Amino acid sequence: MDFLRPTTLAEALAAKAERPDLVPIAGGTDVMVELNFDHRRPPGLLDLTGIAELARWSADGDVLRVGAAVPYARIVQDLGDRLPGLAMASRTVGSPQIRNRGTVGGNLGSASPAGDTHPVLIAGDAVVEVASARGARSIPADEFYLGVKRSALEPDELITAVRLAAATGPQQFAKVGTRNAMVIAVCSFAVSLHPERLRVGAAVGSAAPTPRRASAAEEFLSAELTSAGLWESREPLPDSVQRRFGELVAEAASPIDDVRGSAAYRRHALAVLARRSLGWAWREHSGGGNERCA
Amino acid sequence: MPNPPHHANTHTRRTVLKSTTVAAASTALLPDAASGAASPAAANPGDVVRVTLSVNGRSRVVDVEPRVTLLDALRERLGLTGTKKGCDRGECGACTVLVDGERIKSCLTLAVMRRGSEITTVEGLADGDRLHPVQAAFIRHDAFQCGGCTSGQIMSAVACVREGHTGSEAEIREWMSGNLCRCACYQNIVAAVADAAREVRR
Ligand SMILES: Cc1cc2nc3c(=O)[nH]c(=O)nc-3n(C[C@H](O)[C@H](O)[C@H](O)COP(=O)(O)OP(=O)(O)OC[C@H]3O[C@@H](n4cnc5c(N)ncnc54)[C@H](O)[C@@H]3O)c2cc1C
Ligand code: FES
Ligand code: FES
Repeated sequence: MDFLRPTTLAEALAAKAERPDLVPIAGGTDVMVELNFDHRRPPGLLDLTGIAELARWSADGDVLRVGAAVPYARIVQDLGDRLPGLAMASRTVGSPQIRNRGTVGGNLGSASPAGDTHPVLIAGDAVVEVASARGARSIPADEFYLGVKRSALEPDELITAVRLAAATGPQQFAKVGTRNAMVIAVCSFAVSLHPERLRVGAAVGSAAPTPRRASAAEEFLSAELTSAGLWESREPLPDSVQRRFGELVAEAASPIDDVRGSAAYRRHALAVLARRSLGWAWREHSGGGNERCA
Repeated sequence: MPNPPHHANTHTRRTVLKSTTVAAASTALLPDAASGAASPAAANPGDVVRVTLSVNGRSRVVDVEPRVTLLDALRERLGLTGTKKGCDRGECGACTVLVDGERIKSCLTLAVMRRGSEITTVEGLADGDRLHPVQAAFIRHDAFQCGGCTSGQIMSAVACVREGHTGSEAEIREWMSGNLCRCACYQNIVAAVADAAREVRR
Protein backbone atom coordinates (compact mmCIF):
# COMPACT_ATOMS: atom_id res chain seq x y z
CA MET A 1 0.00 0.00 0.00
CA ASP A 2 1.34 3.41 -0.96
CA PHE A 3 1.19 6.32 1.39
CA LEU A 4 1.17 9.88 0.11
CA ARG A 5 1.26 12.92 2.31
CA PRO A 6 0.86 16.10 0.26
CA THR A 7 1.21 19.46 2.00
CA THR A 8 -0.85 21.54 -0.43
CA LEU A 9 -4.27 21.04 -1.95
CA ALA A 10 -2.79 21.43 -5.44
CA GLU A 11 -0.42 18.51 -4.80
CA ALA A 12 -3.26 16.41 -3.42
CA LEU A 13 -5.48 17.12 -6.43
CA ALA A 14 -2.64 16.32 -8.83
CA ALA A 15 -2.09 13.00 -7.06
CA LYS A 16 -5.82 12.20 -7.13
CA ALA A 17 -6.01 13.08 -10.85
CA GLU A 18 -3.17 10.72 -11.63
CA ARG A 19 -4.42 8.01 -9.29
CA PRO A 20 -8.17 8.22 -8.62
CA ASP A 21 -7.89 4.92 -6.71
CA LEU A 22 -6.07 6.63 -3.83
CA VAL A 23 -8.24 6.64 -0.72
CA PRO A 24 -8.19 9.95 1.16
CA ILE A 25 -7.69 9.75 4.91
CA ALA A 26 -8.46 12.68 7.23
CA GLY A 27 -9.39 11.80 10.82
CA GLY A 28 -9.21 8.13 9.91
CA THR A 29 -12.13 7.27 12.16
CA ASP A 30 -13.97 5.51 9.33
CA VAL A 31 -11.07 4.49 7.06
CA MET A 32 -9.00 2.89 9.81
CA VAL A 33 -11.82 0.62 10.93
CA GLU A 34 -12.04 -0.67 7.36
CA LEU A 35 -8.27 -1.18 7.14
CA ASN A 36 -7.90 -2.85 10.53
CA PHE A 37 -10.62 -5.35 9.71
CA ASP A 38 -9.49 -5.86 6.15
CA HIS A 39 -12.80 -4.66 4.72
CA ARG A 40 -10.84 -2.56 2.33
CA ARG A 41 -7.37 -2.90 0.81
CA PRO A 42 -6.73 0.36 -0.96
CA PRO A 43 -3.73 0.47 -3.29
CA GLY A 44 -2.76 3.71 -1.61
CA LEU A 45 -3.74 6.27 0.97
CA LEU A 46 -3.76 10.01 0.46
CA ASP A 47 -3.19 11.60 3.86
CA LEU A 48 -4.96 14.96 4.00
CA THR A 49 -3.80 15.93 7.48
CA GLY A 50 -0.72 17.77 6.23
CA ILE A 51 -2.78 20.23 4.16
CA ALA A 52 -3.20 23.39 6.25
CA GLU A 53 -5.84 24.94 3.97
CA LEU A 54 -8.25 22.04 4.56
CA ALA A 55 -7.93 22.36 8.34
CA ARG A 56 -9.07 25.99 8.55
CA TRP A 57 -12.43 27.67 8.81
CA SER A 58 -13.14 31.24 7.78
CA ALA A 59 -15.99 33.73 7.67
CA ASP A 60 -16.92 35.68 4.57
CA GLY A 61 -19.57 38.09 5.75
CA ASP A 62 -22.42 35.94 7.04
CA VAL A 63 -21.22 32.82 5.31
CA LEU A 64 -18.94 30.38 7.09
CA ARG A 65 -16.61 28.14 5.20
CA VAL A 66 -15.52 25.13 7.21
CA GLY A 67 -12.55 23.26 5.75
CA ALA A 68 -13.16 19.57 5.13
CA ALA A 69 -10.50 18.51 7.63
CA VAL A 70 -11.51 20.71 10.57
CA PRO A 71 -12.10 18.26 13.44
CA TYR A 72 -15.44 18.20 15.28
CA ALA A 73 -13.83 19.36 18.52
CA ARG A 74 -12.79 22.61 16.81
CA ILE A 75 -16.27 23.15 15.35
CA VAL A 76 -17.76 22.78 18.81
CA GLN A 77 -15.19 25.10 20.33
CA ASP A 78 -15.05 27.81 17.67
CA LEU A 79 -18.40 27.82 15.88
CA GLY A 80 -21.01 26.93 18.50
CA ASP A 81 -22.51 30.43 18.37
CA ARG A 82 -22.65 30.90 14.60
CA LEU A 83 -23.35 27.31 13.53
CA PRO A 84 -25.28 25.93 16.51
CA GLY A 85 -26.87 23.07 14.56
CA LEU A 86 -23.57 21.81 13.19
CA ALA A 87 -21.96 22.21 16.62
CA MET A 88 -24.79 20.26 18.27
CA ALA A 89 -24.41 17.40 15.81
CA SER A 90 -20.62 17.51 16.18
CA ARG A 91 -20.98 17.27 19.95
CA THR A 92 -22.84 13.97 19.59
CA VAL A 93 -20.29 12.25 17.33
CA GLY A 94 -18.54 9.29 18.93
CA SER A 95 -16.53 10.27 21.99
CA PRO A 96 -14.06 13.02 22.87
CA GLN A 97 -11.22 11.06 21.23
CA ILE A 98 -13.25 10.58 18.03
CA ARG A 99 -14.20 14.26 17.97
CA ASN A 100 -10.55 15.30 18.26
CA ARG A 101 -9.90 13.62 14.91
CA GLY A 102 -13.15 13.04 12.99
CA THR A 103 -14.15 15.62 10.37
CA VAL A 104 -17.16 16.80 8.39
CA GLY A 105 -15.22 16.03 5.18
CA GLY A 106 -14.92 12.43 6.38
CA ASN A 107 -18.59 12.27 7.31
CA LEU A 108 -19.43 13.42 3.77
CA GLY A 109 -16.80 11.14 2.22
CA SER A 110 -18.34 8.11 3.92
CA ALA A 111 -21.86 9.34 3.04
CA SER A 112 -23.39 6.93 5.51
CA PRO A 113 -27.13 7.56 5.85
CA ALA A 114 -26.47 7.65 9.61
CA GLY A 115 -23.80 10.38 9.52
CA ASP A 116 -24.76 12.99 12.08
CA THR A 117 -23.83 16.14 10.20
CA HIS A 118 -25.94 15.36 7.13
CA PRO A 119 -29.39 16.43 8.35
CA VAL A 120 -27.88 19.63 9.74
CA LEU A 121 -26.19 20.44 6.44
CA ILE A 122 -29.44 19.90 4.55
CA ALA A 123 -31.61 21.84 7.01
CA GLY A 124 -29.12 24.72 6.91
CA ASP A 125 -28.99 24.78 3.09
CA ALA A 126 -25.24 24.07 3.14
CA VAL A 127 -23.17 23.76 0.01
CA VAL A 128 -20.43 21.15 -0.32
CA GLU A 129 -17.32 22.47 -2.06
CA VAL A 130 -15.39 19.88 -4.04
CA ALA A 131 -12.33 20.23 -6.24
CA SER A 132 -10.24 18.29 -8.72
CA ALA A 133 -7.36 19.15 -11.01
CA ARG A 134 -10.15 19.99 -13.51
CA GLY A 135 -11.53 22.73 -11.29
CA ALA A 136 -13.85 23.36 -8.35
CA ARG A 137 -17.62 23.03 -8.03
CA SER A 138 -20.26 23.52 -5.39
CA ILE A 139 -22.91 20.91 -4.68
CA PRO A 140 -26.00 21.74 -2.59
CA ALA A 141 -25.99 19.35 0.38
CA ASP A 142 -29.31 17.76 -0.58
CA GLU A 143 -27.90 16.83 -4.00
CA PHE A 144 -24.69 15.39 -2.58
CA TYR A 145 -26.06 12.09 -1.27
CA LEU A 146 -26.99 9.60 -3.98
CA GLY A 147 -27.48 6.33 -2.12
CA VAL A 148 -26.20 4.26 0.79
CA LYS A 149 -22.56 5.35 1.05
CA ARG A 150 -22.71 6.85 -2.44
CA SER A 151 -22.25 10.53 -3.19
CA ALA A 152 -21.91 12.96 -6.08
CA LEU A 153 -18.13 13.08 -5.55
CA GLU A 154 -16.18 12.02 -8.67
CA PRO A 155 -13.20 9.66 -8.26
CA ASP A 156 -10.67 12.41 -8.97
CA GLU A 157 -12.31 14.90 -6.62
CA LEU A 158 -11.72 15.85 -3.01
CA ILE A 159 -14.12 17.58 -0.66
CA THR A 160 -12.54 20.90 0.28
CA ALA A 161 -15.13 22.57 2.53
CA VAL A 162 -18.74 23.06 3.47
CA ARG A 163 -20.24 26.51 3.22
CA LEU A 164 -23.24 27.57 5.25
CA ALA A 165 -24.82 30.76 6.46
CA ALA A 166 -24.41 31.77 10.08
CA ALA A 167 -27.59 31.03 12.00
CA THR A 168 -30.26 33.74 11.90
CA GLY A 169 -32.61 31.78 14.12
CA PRO A 170 -32.65 28.76 16.41
CA GLN A 171 -31.33 25.41 15.22
CA GLN A 172 -31.73 21.99 16.77
CA PHE A 173 -30.34 18.53 16.18
CA ALA A 174 -31.51 15.40 17.94
CA LYS A 175 -30.78 11.72 17.53
CA VAL A 176 -32.01 8.48 18.98
CA GLY A 177 -29.49 5.89 20.10
CA THR A 178 -29.03 3.30 22.80
CA ARG A 179 -26.66 5.46 24.83
CA ASN A 180 -25.17 8.93 24.64
CA ALA A 181 -21.68 8.07 23.44
CA MET A 182 -20.48 6.14 20.44
CA VAL A 183 -23.74 5.06 18.94
CA ILE A 184 -24.80 5.04 15.35
CA ALA A 185 -28.04 6.99 15.19
CA VAL A 186 -31.20 4.90 14.98
CA CYS A 187 -32.68 8.02 13.46
CA SER A 188 -31.83 11.69 13.63
CA PHE A 189 -33.42 15.02 12.86
CA ALA A 190 -32.32 18.60 12.30
CA VAL A 191 -34.36 21.77 12.13
CA SER A 192 -33.28 25.35 11.33
CA LEU A 193 -35.51 28.40 11.60
CA HIS A 194 -34.67 31.10 9.07
CA PRO A 195 -36.89 34.02 10.20
CA GLU A 196 -35.34 36.48 7.72
CA ARG A 197 -36.49 34.30 4.83
CA LEU A 198 -39.70 33.17 6.54
CA ARG A 199 -38.50 29.63 5.99
CA VAL A 200 -37.97 26.47 7.98
CA GLY A 201 -35.34 23.86 7.10
CA ALA A 202 -35.87 20.25 8.23
CA ALA A 203 -34.11 16.99 7.40
CA VAL A 204 -33.93 13.40 8.61
CA GLY A 205 -30.98 11.04 8.97
CA SER A 206 -30.65 7.28 9.32
CA ALA A 207 -34.20 6.82 8.09
CA ALA A 208 -33.79 6.34 4.33
CA PRO A 209 -31.01 5.24 1.93
CA THR A 210 -29.73 8.82 2.12
CA PRO A 211 -30.15 11.71 4.51
CA ARG A 212 -33.22 13.49 3.26
CA ARG A 213 -34.93 16.87 3.29
CA ALA A 214 -38.44 16.78 4.79
CA SER A 215 -39.84 19.13 2.13
CA ALA A 216 -43.56 18.75 2.91
CA ALA A 217 -42.90 19.43 6.59
CA GLU A 218 -40.78 22.49 5.73
CA GLU A 219 -43.46 23.92 3.46
CA PHE A 220 -46.30 23.20 5.86
CA LEU A 221 -44.59 24.88 8.80
CA SER A 222 -43.24 27.84 6.83
CA ALA A 223 -46.73 28.54 5.53
CA GLU A 224 -48.39 28.14 8.95
CA LEU A 225 -45.91 30.47 10.64
CA THR A 226 -46.26 33.09 7.95
CA SER A 227 -50.05 33.01 7.57
CA ALA A 228 -50.65 33.19 11.33
CA GLY A 229 -48.07 35.96 11.74
CA LEU A 230 -46.19 33.83 14.24
CA TRP A 231 -42.71 34.79 13.01
CA GLU A 232 -43.29 38.30 14.37
CA SER A 233 -45.72 37.64 17.20
CA ARG A 234 -43.52 34.80 18.51
CA GLU A 235 -46.56 33.36 20.24
CA PRO A 236 -46.57 29.71 21.29
CA LEU A 237 -47.01 27.21 18.49
CA PRO A 238 -50.39 25.46 18.45
CA ASP A 239 -50.08 21.81 19.43
CA SER A 240 -51.83 20.78 16.25
CA VAL A 241 -49.12 22.48 14.17
CA GLN A 242 -46.31 20.79 16.07
CA ARG A 243 -48.01 17.43 15.74
CA ARG A 244 -48.69 17.80 12.02
CA PHE A 245 -45.07 18.88 11.49
CA GLY A 246 -43.92 15.69 13.25
CA GLU A 247 -46.18 13.54 11.08
CA LEU A 248 -44.90 15.13 7.88
CA VAL A 249 -41.29 14.65 8.97
CA ALA A 250 -41.96 10.97 9.62
CA GLU A 251 -43.58 10.67 6.19
CA ALA A 252 -40.41 11.98 4.55
CA ALA A 253 -38.55 8.90 5.75
CA SER A 254 -38.48 5.48 4.14
CA PRO A 255 -36.82 3.56 6.91
CA ILE A 256 -35.88 -0.11 7.07
CA ASP A 257 -35.97 -2.75 9.78
CA ASP A 258 -32.47 -3.49 11.00
CA VAL A 259 -30.60 -4.44 14.16
CA ARG A 260 -30.83 -0.91 15.48
CA GLY A 261 -34.57 -0.54 15.15
CA SER A 262 -37.66 -1.36 13.15
CA ALA A 263 -39.01 0.87 10.41
CA ALA A 264 -42.17 1.47 12.43
CA TYR A 265 -40.15 2.53 15.47
CA ARG A 266 -38.05 4.90 13.38
CA ARG A 267 -41.14 6.57 11.93
CA HIS A 268 -42.65 6.97 15.37
CA ALA A 269 -39.40 8.23 16.90
CA LEU A 270 -38.88 10.74 14.08
CA ALA A 271 -42.31 12.25 14.63
CA VAL A 272 -41.51 12.65 18.32
CA LEU A 273 -38.00 14.02 17.69
CA ALA A 274 -39.33 16.52 15.16
CA ARG A 275 -42.13 17.71 17.41
CA ARG A 276 -39.82 18.15 20.40
CA SER A 277 -36.95 19.75 18.48
CA LEU A 278 -39.37 22.21 16.95
CA GLY A 279 -40.71 22.96 20.43
CA TRP A 280 -37.18 23.71 21.72
CA ALA A 281 -36.36 25.83 18.68
CA TRP A 282 -39.61 27.75 18.93
CA ARG A 283 -39.20 28.47 22.62
CA GLU A 284 -35.81 29.90 21.82
CA HIS A 285 -37.35 32.02 19.04
CA SER A 286 -39.99 33.25 21.50
CA GLY A 287 -37.21 34.41 23.81
CA GLY A 288 -37.45 31.48 26.19
CA GLY A 289 -33.70 31.05 26.05
CA ASN A 290 -31.54 28.83 24.07
CA GLU A 291 -32.12 25.19 24.81
CA ARG A 292 -29.61 22.57 23.98
CA CYS A 293 -30.19 18.96 23.40
CA ALA A 294 -27.52 16.45 22.57
CA MET B 1 -13.80 -5.64 25.11
CA PRO B 2 -12.86 -8.75 23.14
CA ASN B 3 -9.54 -10.02 24.33
CA PRO B 4 -6.85 -9.61 21.71
CA PRO B 5 -5.47 -13.00 20.70
CA HIS B 6 -1.93 -12.13 21.73
CA HIS B 7 -2.68 -11.52 25.36
CA ALA B 8 -1.93 -15.05 26.41
CA ASN B 9 1.46 -15.29 24.79
CA THR B 10 2.50 -11.68 24.67
CA HIS B 11 5.99 -12.36 25.89
CA THR B 12 7.02 -14.88 23.28
CA ARG B 13 5.40 -12.98 20.49
CA ARG B 14 6.98 -9.72 21.45
CA THR B 15 10.39 -11.35 21.65
CA VAL B 16 9.94 -12.80 18.19
CA LEU B 17 8.85 -9.44 16.80
CA LYS B 18 11.79 -7.70 18.43
CA SER B 19 14.28 -9.99 16.81
CA THR B 20 12.62 -9.62 13.41
CA THR B 21 12.84 -5.87 13.71
CA VAL B 22 16.53 -6.09 14.46
CA ALA B 23 17.03 -8.42 11.52
CA ALA B 24 15.03 -6.17 9.23
CA ALA B 25 16.86 -3.06 10.36
CA SER B 26 20.23 -4.66 9.78
CA THR B 27 19.49 -5.29 6.11
CA ALA B 28 19.75 -1.50 5.66
CA LEU B 29 17.74 -1.70 2.45
CA LEU B 30 14.88 0.33 3.79
CA PRO B 31 13.74 3.46 2.02
CA ASP B 32 14.07 6.32 4.45
CA ALA B 33 10.81 8.13 4.10
CA ALA B 34 11.28 10.22 7.22
CA SER B 35 13.35 12.72 5.30
CA GLY B 36 10.64 13.12 2.69
CA ALA B 37 7.90 13.72 5.22
CA ALA B 38 6.83 17.03 3.74
CA SER B 39 6.51 16.02 0.11
CA PRO B 40 4.27 13.29 -1.28
CA ALA B 41 6.48 10.47 -0.12
CA ALA B 42 5.27 7.39 -1.89
CA ALA B 43 6.01 3.93 -0.68
CA ASN B 44 5.54 0.94 -2.92
CA PRO B 45 3.30 -1.98 -2.01
CA GLY B 46 4.95 -4.12 0.61
CA ASP B 47 7.47 -1.41 1.24
CA VAL B 48 8.63 -0.75 4.71
CA VAL B 49 8.88 2.88 5.64
CA ARG B 50 11.28 4.28 8.19
CA VAL B 51 9.40 6.55 10.54
CA THR B 52 10.81 8.63 13.34
CA LEU B 53 8.33 8.98 16.18
CA SER B 54 8.75 11.14 19.23
CA VAL B 55 7.45 9.03 22.10
CA ASN B 56 7.52 10.22 25.70
CA GLY B 57 10.15 12.79 24.81
CA ARG B 58 12.46 10.31 23.08
CA SER B 59 13.01 10.03 19.38
CA ARG B 60 12.35 6.45 18.23
CA VAL B 61 12.87 5.00 14.80
CA VAL B 62 10.56 2.28 13.53
CA ASP B 63 10.40 0.49 10.22
CA VAL B 64 6.77 -0.17 9.42
CA GLU B 65 4.50 -0.87 6.51
CA PRO B 66 2.26 2.14 5.91
CA ARG B 67 -0.79 0.21 7.09
CA VAL B 68 0.58 -0.30 10.62
CA THR B 69 -1.39 1.61 13.25
CA LEU B 70 0.28 3.78 15.84
CA LEU B 71 -1.05 1.29 18.40
CA ASP B 72 0.70 -1.67 16.80
CA ALA B 73 3.88 0.34 16.26
CA LEU B 74 3.97 1.26 19.96
CA ARG B 75 3.19 -2.21 21.23
CA GLU B 76 4.86 -4.51 18.79
CA ARG B 77 7.75 -2.47 17.39
CA LEU B 78 8.69 -0.30 20.36
CA GLY B 79 7.74 -2.75 23.09
CA LEU B 80 5.58 -0.11 24.78
CA THR B 81 2.81 -2.48 25.80
CA GLY B 82 1.22 -0.17 28.36
CA THR B 83 -1.13 1.00 25.63
CA LYS B 84 -3.75 -1.74 25.21
CA LYS B 85 -5.73 -3.07 22.29
CA GLY B 86 -9.33 -3.84 23.15
CA CYS B 87 -11.30 -3.53 19.94
CA ASP B 88 -9.04 -2.06 17.22
CA ARG B 89 -12.03 -0.05 15.99
CA GLY B 90 -12.23 3.08 18.08
CA GLU B 91 -14.92 1.93 20.44
CA CYS B 92 -13.28 0.95 23.73
CA GLY B 93 -10.64 3.61 24.35
CA ALA B 94 -8.05 1.19 25.74
CA CYS B 95 -5.54 2.47 23.18
CA THR B 96 -5.92 6.16 24.09
CA VAL B 97 -2.67 8.16 23.88
CA LEU B 98 -1.91 11.85 23.73
CA VAL B 99 -0.73 13.26 20.43
CA ASP B 100 0.51 16.83 20.74
CA GLY B 101 -1.41 16.97 24.01
CA GLU B 102 -4.72 15.80 22.52
CA ARG B 103 -6.26 12.44 23.36
CA ILE B 104 -6.82 10.17 20.39
CA LYS B 105 -7.33 6.48 19.78
CA SER B 106 -4.06 5.05 18.58
CA CYS B 107 -5.84 2.19 16.76
CA LEU B 108 -7.41 4.78 14.43
CA THR B 109 -4.24 6.44 13.23
CA LEU B 110 -1.30 5.20 11.22
CA ALA B 111 2.23 5.38 12.54
CA VAL B 112 3.32 7.07 9.28
CA MET B 113 0.79 9.85 9.93
CA ARG B 114 2.35 10.71 13.26
CA ARG B 115 5.82 11.79 12.19
CA GLY B 116 6.66 15.06 13.82
CA SER B 117 3.99 14.63 16.52
CA GLU B 118 4.79 14.39 20.22
CA ILE B 119 3.25 11.16 21.50
CA THR B 120 2.66 10.46 25.18
CA THR B 121 1.79 6.97 26.38
CA VAL B 122 1.05 5.76 29.89
CA GLU B 123 4.76 4.89 30.23
CA GLY B 124 5.58 8.57 29.87
CA LEU B 125 3.39 9.95 32.66
CA ALA B 126 5.38 9.26 35.81
CA ASP B 127 8.32 11.41 36.73
CA GLY B 128 10.82 8.73 37.67
CA ASP B 129 9.29 7.00 40.69
CA ARG B 130 6.78 9.78 41.24
CA LEU B 131 3.43 8.84 39.76
CA HIS B 132 1.39 11.34 37.79
CA PRO B 133 -1.47 12.72 39.95
CA VAL B 134 -4.00 10.85 37.80
CA GLN B 135 -2.14 7.56 38.25
CA ALA B 136 -1.94 8.12 42.00
CA ALA B 137 -5.65 8.96 42.16
CA PHE B 138 -6.55 5.74 40.30
CA ILE B 139 -4.65 3.74 42.91
CA ARG B 140 -6.13 5.67 45.85
CA HIS B 141 -9.64 5.12 44.55
CA ASP B 142 -9.13 1.52 43.49
CA ALA B 143 -10.34 2.56 40.05
CA PHE B 144 -9.69 -0.76 38.31
CA GLN B 145 -10.09 -4.48 38.58
CA CYS B 146 -8.52 -6.38 35.68
CA GLY B 147 -6.65 -3.29 34.49
CA GLY B 148 -7.35 -3.90 30.82
CA CYS B 149 -8.90 -0.49 30.30
CA THR B 150 -6.80 1.35 32.85
CA SER B 151 -4.00 2.86 30.80
CA GLY B 152 -6.56 4.17 28.32
CA GLN B 153 -8.71 5.52 31.15
CA ILE B 154 -5.69 7.23 32.68
CA MET B 155 -4.57 8.84 29.42
CA SER B 156 -8.09 9.98 28.72
CA ALA B 157 -8.40 11.31 32.27
CA VAL B 158 -5.15 13.29 31.94
CA ALA B 159 -6.64 15.05 28.92
CA CYS B 160 -10.07 15.38 30.54
CA VAL B 161 -8.54 17.15 33.55
CA ARG B 162 -6.43 19.38 31.35
CA GLU B 163 -9.46 20.26 29.21
CA GLY B 164 -11.29 21.27 32.37
CA HIS B 165 -14.22 18.90 31.90
CA THR B 166 -14.38 17.85 35.53
CA GLY B 167 -16.92 20.28 36.96
CA SER B 168 -19.38 17.62 38.08
CA GLU B 169 -19.77 13.86 38.14
CA ALA B 170 -22.08 14.10 35.13
CA GLU B 171 -19.54 16.15 33.23
CA ILE B 172 -16.77 13.67 33.98
CA ARG B 173 -18.96 10.77 32.86
CA GLU B 174 -19.80 12.57 29.63
CA TRP B 175 -16.18 13.44 28.85
CA MET B 176 -14.85 9.99 29.83
CA SER B 177 -17.49 8.29 27.66
CA GLY B 178 -14.95 7.19 25.05
CA ASN B 179 -13.43 4.74 27.53
CA LEU B 180 -15.28 1.56 28.39
CA CYS B 181 -14.60 -0.61 31.43
CA ARG B 182 -15.74 -4.19 31.25
CA CYS B 183 -15.25 -4.55 34.96
CA ALA B 184 -17.60 -1.59 35.43
CA CYS B 185 -15.39 0.38 37.80
CA TYR B 186 -17.03 3.57 36.60
CA GLN B 187 -17.95 4.84 40.06
CA ASN B 188 -14.34 4.66 41.25
CA ILE B 189 -12.94 5.96 37.95
CA VAL B 190 -15.16 9.04 38.17
CA ALA B 191 -14.08 9.59 41.79
CA ALA B 192 -10.41 9.24 40.79
CA VAL B 193 -10.76 11.74 37.96
CA ALA B 194 -12.52 14.25 40.22
CA ASP B 195 -9.86 13.82 42.88
CA ALA B 196 -6.99 14.14 40.39
CA ALA B 197 -8.57 17.32 39.04
CA ARG B 198 -8.63 18.80 42.55
CA GLU B 199 -5.03 17.73 43.09
CA VAL B 200 -3.82 19.23 39.82
CA ARG B 201 -5.62 22.50 40.51
CA ARG B 202 -3.98 22.80 43.93
C1 LIG C 1 -16.19 4.66 17.78
C2 LIG C 1 -16.76 5.47 16.64
C3 LIG C 1 -17.91 6.21 16.86
C4 LIG C 1 -18.46 6.97 15.82
N1 LIG C 1 -19.58 7.69 16.09
C5 LIG C 1 -20.13 8.43 15.11
C6 LIG C 1 -21.29 9.21 15.38
O1 LIG C 1 -21.79 9.27 16.50
N2 LIG C 1 -21.81 9.93 14.35
C7 LIG C 1 -21.27 9.93 13.11
O2 LIG C 1 -21.77 10.62 12.22
N3 LIG C 1 -20.16 9.19 12.83
C8 LIG C 1 -19.59 8.46 13.79
N4 LIG C 1 -18.48 7.70 13.52
C9 LIG C 1 -17.95 7.68 12.15
C10 LIG C 1 -16.87 8.72 11.87
O3 LIG C 1 -16.25 9.17 13.05
C11 LIG C 1 -17.42 9.93 11.12
O4 LIG C 1 -18.04 9.53 9.94
C12 LIG C 1 -16.34 10.98 10.82
O5 LIG C 1 -16.97 12.16 10.40
C13 LIG C 1 -15.37 10.53 9.77
O6 LIG C 1 -14.43 11.57 9.61
P1 LIG C 1 -12.86 11.24 9.43
O7 LIG C 1 -12.18 12.53 9.17
O8 LIG C 1 -12.36 10.45 10.55
O9 LIG C 1 -12.93 10.36 8.10
P2 LIG C 1 -11.92 9.33 7.46
O10 LIG C 1 -12.03 8.03 8.13
O11 LIG C 1 -10.57 9.93 7.34
O12 LIG C 1 -12.58 9.26 6.02
C14 LIG C 1 -13.90 8.78 5.84
C15 LIG C 1 -14.21 8.64 4.35
O13 LIG C 1 -14.23 9.91 3.73
C16 LIG C 1 -13.22 10.00 2.74
N5 LIG C 1 -12.69 11.36 2.89
C17 LIG C 1 -12.22 11.94 4.02
N6 LIG C 1 -11.92 13.24 3.79
C18 LIG C 1 -12.18 13.47 2.49
C19 LIG C 1 -12.07 14.61 1.65
N7 LIG C 1 -11.64 15.79 2.11
N8 LIG C 1 -12.43 14.49 0.35
C20 LIG C 1 -12.89 13.31 -0.13
N9 LIG C 1 -13.03 12.20 0.62
C21 LIG C 1 -12.68 12.28 1.92
C22 LIG C 1 -12.25 8.90 3.04
O14 LIG C 1 -11.60 8.44 1.89
C23 LIG C 1 -13.18 7.84 3.58
O15 LIG C 1 -13.83 7.17 2.56
C24 LIG C 1 -17.87 6.95 14.54
C25 LIG C 1 -16.71 6.22 14.32
C26 LIG C 1 -16.15 5.49 15.36
C27 LIG C 1 -14.90 4.70 15.10
S1 FES D 1 -8.39 -0.53 20.71
FE1 FES D 1 -10.42 -0.03 21.28
S2 FES D 1 -10.46 2.09 20.83
FE2 FES D 1 -8.53 1.52 20.06
S1 FES E 1 -11.94 -3.38 32.00
FE1 FES E 1 -11.23 -4.33 33.81
S2 FES E 1 -10.65 -2.62 35.00
FE2 FES E 1 -11.72 -1.71 33.31
